[in-house]
Amino acid sequence: MQFYGTTLSSRLFLGTAQYPSPKVLCEAIAASGTEVITLSLRRETSDGAGTGFWQMLRQTGAHILPNTAGCHSVQEAVTTAQMAREIFDTDWIKLEVIGHADSLQPDVFGLVEAARILSDDGFKVFPYTTEDLVVGEHLLQAGCEVLMPWGAPIGSGQGLRNPDGLRAMRAHFPDTPLVVDAGIGRPSDAAAAMELGLDAVLLNTAVAKAGDPVGMARAMAQAVAAGQAGYQAEPMPRRDMAVPSTPVLGLAELT
Amino acid sequence: MNITVNAKPHDISATTLDAALHELGLTSPALATALNGSFVSRAKRVDTPLTEGDRIEVLAPMQGG
Repeated sequence: MQFYGTTLSSRLFLGTAQYPSPKVLCEAIAASGTEVITLSLRRETSDGAGTGFWQMLRQTGAHILPNTAGCHSVQEAVTTAQMAREIFDTDWIKLEVIGHADSLQPDVFGLVEAARILSDDGFKVFPYTTEDLVVGEHLLQAGCEVLMPWGAPIGSGQGLRNPDGLRAMRAHFPDTPLVVDAGIGRPSDAAAAMELGLDAVLLNTAVAKAGDPVGMARAMAQAVAAGQAGYQAEPMPRRDMAVPSTPVLGLAELT
Repeated sequence: MNITVNAKPHDISATTLDAALHELGLTSPALATALNGSFVSRAKRVDTPLTEGDRIEVLAPMQGG
């Protein structure tokens, strides 16, 4: 699977926040088999902890996908992206322009505007968006080559709240890489996203806040792979009524 | 000169962004800067003058989802 010309074999993107310890984070990254990890920028502290954290994660060899989490305006998001590009030495950016502080729902109007500014500036934008098809079209017109619709609100673990909307996105954008970003809670949620034909899953809290983050990272990787394989194997259509799987022909009369 | 760095007030003698970072001990290579909301690249810090009341943001890598 290619994202902006970069070929990835793993379809699981993993966030790096909220783990019990740096050691567990690194073990979870390894167990997940991910090739893409997300990071953010925050104010430098006097102890220089950010530098050590960054050096630790560089050693994983994963592609870095910085985010603009917490940005509520176009200017905040654009400036944060520019700062991230310099620090992480990548033109990839997970673009978040948040509309609501409580729901963390994307401000899709600001998102499209910021995506256009950043794409014109050479960024490869991974936009955190909704399943709205028109917004998706505008993001592609703005220069995005990937769309990242939410599954459910960030950190909620609710799974896919609108699978029909995601299915419609797949049908409407057959050649655009689609990544479900946010809301995944369980491995079955990740598998369900992949069974809908989406190309990858980005998750964080579901692994970081599991009782055993490393075990959950491994389970998510297996679920993503199973869902992808299931989609490729073309699942049978649903039926409203039962249809016997055991042949009726030759059934004995025993009454 | 009174400026704000990461939302905290500072009284500094430096007159450029680069000098201010050194004066405040912010010398890690993994830092990015913004002045009054606009990005200032590493290369341009030396030539970026500061004025009274400027707001500087100094950001570093952090965990993120």
